[in-house]
Amino acid sequence: MPQRDPEQPAKHALGPEHSPHSPLSIHDLTVAYDRRPVLWDVDLDVPSGKLVTVVGPNGAGKSTLLKAALGLVPKASGRIRVFGKSMKQQRSQVAYVPQRESVDWDFPISALDVVTMGRYGVLGWCRPVRRRQKEEALVALDRVGMADMAARQISQLSGGQQQRVFLARALAQDAQLFLMDEPLASVDAATEEAIIEVLRALRTEGRTVVVVHHDLQTVPDYFDHAILLNMRVVANGPVEEVFTPEALRQTYGGQLTILSEASERLARRSRVEHP
Amino acid sequence: MMLATADATWWEAFERALLLRDANTVWVVLGVLALGLASGSVGAFLVLRRRALTADAISHATLPGIAVAFMVMVGMGLAGKSMIGLLVGAYIAGLLAMAVIVLIQRTTRLKDDAAIGIVLSVFFGVGICMLSLVQQMPAGNAAGLESFIFGKAAAMLPGDALLIGIVSVVIMLTLAIFFKELGVLCFDESWAAARGWPVMALDFLLTGLVALVTVLAIQTVGLVLAIALLIIPASTALLWSRRLVVVVIGSALVGGFSAWLGAMLSATIPKLPTGPIIVLVCASLFFLSLFLGRRGVLPRWLARRSLSRRVDRQHVLRACWEIIESSDEEDISMGDLLAKRSWSERELATVVERCMRAGTIERIDGDIVRLTSEGRERARRVVRNHRLWEAYLVHHADIAPSHVDRDADAIEHILDEDLVKSLEQLLGASAGEVPRSPHAINGGGGGA
Repeated sequence: MPQRDPEQPAKHALGPEHSPHSPLSIHDLTVAYDRRPVLWDVDLDVPSGKLVTVVGPNGAGKSTLLKAALGLVPKASGRIRVFGKSMKQQRSQVAYVPQRESVDWDFPISALDVVTMGRYGVLGWCRPVRRRQKEEALVALDRVGMADMAARQISQLSGGQQQRVFLARALAQDAQLFLMDEPLASVDAATEEAIIEVLRALRTEGRTVVVVHHDLQTVPDYFDHAILLNMRVVANGPVEEVFTPEALRQTYGGQLTILSEASERLARRSRVEHP
Repeated sequence: MMLATADATWWEAFERALLLRDANTVWVVLGVLALGLASGSVGAFLVLRRRALTADAISHATLPGIAVAFMVMVGMGLAGKSMIGLLVGAYIAGLLAMAVIVLIQRTTRLKDDAAIGIVLSVFFGVGICMLSLVQQMPAGNAAGLESFIFGKAAAMLPGDALLIGIVSVVIMLTLAIFFKELGVLCFDESWAAARGWPVMALDFLLTGLVALVTVLAIQTVGLVLAIALLIIPASTALLWSRRLVVVVIGSALVGGFSAWLGAMLSATIPKLPTGPIIVLVCASLFFLSLFLGRRGVLPRWLARRSLSRRVDRQHVLRACWEIIESSDEEDISMGDLLAKRSWSERELATVVERCMRAGTIERIDGDIVRLTSEGRERARRVVRNHRLWEAYLVHHADIAPSHVDRDADAIEHILDEDLVKSLEQLLGASAGEVPRSPHAINGGGGGA
């Protein structure tokens, strides 16, 4: 469990506008690659226990937002707080699912071995993996429906199965905050369903999940909360409030027609649900 | 007779080396063996981390370090050729080269390979110049320093071998201790960093070990070929296994074996340089594995051939079944079979021949064949899979019935039992029954 002591929030608080209880608070974050800004004054609180999506056009800085929060890319400015403390203190509470393309899937390692990495943090440095960690990893693999693939070398898995292995590794870590970079990108329908089911289970357990996502049509179905990003935060709030044609047009600069369709669908749905 | 004598002496010499009869050979063989084991195991991580070329730059960059170390030692009034002193100089220069590469990568827009190429050539060039300067120095005796470029294992002294042995053991122990951490570094660096692991420190550790192995190797195989002992054993092991532990141990064994055999051969055959021979032995193992290894060319080719033959046989069986289905006669003429698919007469004859050998088809006379009872059973299964898959595509993937045949054709041969079962469930087909085709069957008339 995260240390959320309401008595001492002031010590690391970012300011009155930030909640000390937020799983992830980002304050005035600016990131630049070669002096070209990628993220500009990003300032937001991720709500606790929700499925949160980060959407925006290509190059909007969605992946960079996650990487900067994790300290994987240098920040030009800005501060990050995880449950009111620094990322360094809360590493074990944060599980990261990188993009699938970020690793070489020809690596000589089995699905179970990859998932076992999620237990390394608990295991500690230089300690060999024991049966117990393997068993815990197998439980995580089972949650994504891949238990019978445990011994497979990872190159023998389909793209969707590889993505589920990555998710299982994050699950094995037993964190409170999940940061996932495009876990639903180019996966098969069965995998998408399996992943969404796991995400919902995580929400039920009170954990917070932040997902970089590309398919606007499914946003209303899958997520509670949306952060519309295009170098800066265009909108940040519950999907019903944020997913307006106006905000989407601002985010995408009117380049997509699916957008209006998606928000239309949402409007229709909310009319049905709240007549 | 001449040949026999030559053989005998050759064998005698090999035997002498094998049984470690010469004190000199003992040290060379043991030292080289330790080196092979260490560089093989480090090399596995190096190759998986995709840093092979960096190692090449490090090994070339050791040359100026050797020259400077010599000068410093002569300047201090020591005998300039203390092995440990020279190797320390080489090690420092290697790490310096690594630091310069990282610096160039961080501060400029140069790509990695360009940065590595610059450092490699500049350090090596400087080294060569310094070496010729050193050789003109009045003090000290610089003769033999150039042997670091191509290596000179035969000159190895007991002390050198002991040094190589100790350092090799330290290297392998370090790898064993940090096995899991280095594995994560090589597989998924960004995830490791996100977990708060000191990725930089781990990278330095690995690079430091690589530099250490390189420095040990330059005396034996020379700095030009040092890279071979790091990369070739690892590449060989990767052709055999899909498990990290096995790859690392296998790579160590390949490196150790090549080094040992290479040293033996060069001790046996006069005037053969040890370093290049080791590299050649290692390369032979690699090429052998390239063809025979579990992930090599030959097994893959065999697997592909056996699959394509099975597919051919199944096509014939399905054609037979469809002909019987429409004609209600057991006898099948080759002409009817030929009309079923776009295969030439010769292709068909070959496949039918193979089916007869497999016992699924029997020739009645001349141009008439029949399915055997086993053939009928197999054909029934093949047709059933094909039609189940077609039905699945039509109902669940929105593919037009007229287009479904070819798609099903590609996949039906690799359907496994589980998949067939779930297809049956999905389509409500009763077990064993062969469903009707969703489209007109071409050739041989008739059809659905």
